[in-house]
Amino acid sequence: MANKQQKTPEQRRYQQRVNEKMPRSKTLSQCIRAFISGGIICSIGQLVHDIGEKWLMLDEKGVAAFTAIIMVFLGASLTGLGVYDKIGSWSGAGSIVPITGFANSIVSPAMEFKREGFVTGTAAKMFVIAGPVLVYGIGSSVIVGLIYALLRA
Amino acid sequence: MDYVWAFVIGGGICVIGQLLLSLTRLTPARILVVFVTVGVVLSALGLYEPLVELAGAGATVPLTGFGYSLGKGAIEAVGEKGVIGAFTGGITATAGGIAAAIVFGYLFAMIFTPKTKM
Repeated sequence: MANKQQKTPEQRRYQQRVNEKMPRSKTLSQCIRAFISGGIICSIGQLVHDIGEKWLMLDEKGVAAFTAIIMVFLGASLTGLGVYDKIGSWSGAGSIVPITGFANSIVSPAMEFKREGFVTGTAAKMFVIAGPVLVYGIGSSVIVGLIYALLRA
Repeated sequence: MDYVWAFVIGGGICVIGQLLLSLTRLTPARILVVFVTVGVVLSALGLYEPLVELAGAGATVPLTGFGYSLGKGAIEAVGEKGVIGAFTGGITATAGGIAAAIVFGYLFAMIFTPKTKM
């Protein structure tokens, strides 16, 4: 009994220390995974970029479009094959933040809701996540353009 | 060297996303919206361009780079065409990526069925 009472505060302190450290180290390992996986995806993007620039001799805008198209193709096809979700469970934000994750966010719900039809299922649900991205991305680009036009005038 | 910078900067941007995911209540969808909007704003302020010059795909492949293309496209188009460019520039610059997302997204959703729930 006495022994137990002696140990309890100690255990409590230990538990407190564990609780303090646990989420942090979990966050750290998730960040390392995000860094590695995001870095790899961007390096693949750089390879695609270089192929467009040096082999296909595209101009600057062409290279940017080529890279985006190929990366979206890779993200969409790997999602269809079920590979991207496996990568995603390990890499967290490392697979969400790159444009391949944008493609993943389109294909996943589109597949999922296929049974609800081609129009209100696949085509509508494709944009559950991509839609907001386009709304805020395009919307803010128009605002930026308008402000720039005002400042120039 | 290009690849080292692409890896480091691209990985670093993903770490920012992971910190938002782990430490805040932001969902992946909201993080994508935040990243694209931040990319537009940073490109308007001229702060994203140096990152693109340094890291190439490390800065353009993350969704902030999509925002950068949108913002840069809008500003360049305003320079060429005036106010109408504010409306045409962003989507013009990102047309390839958006069209690819729609076409390949639809195509692969038709070909494959979800596997995760088996």
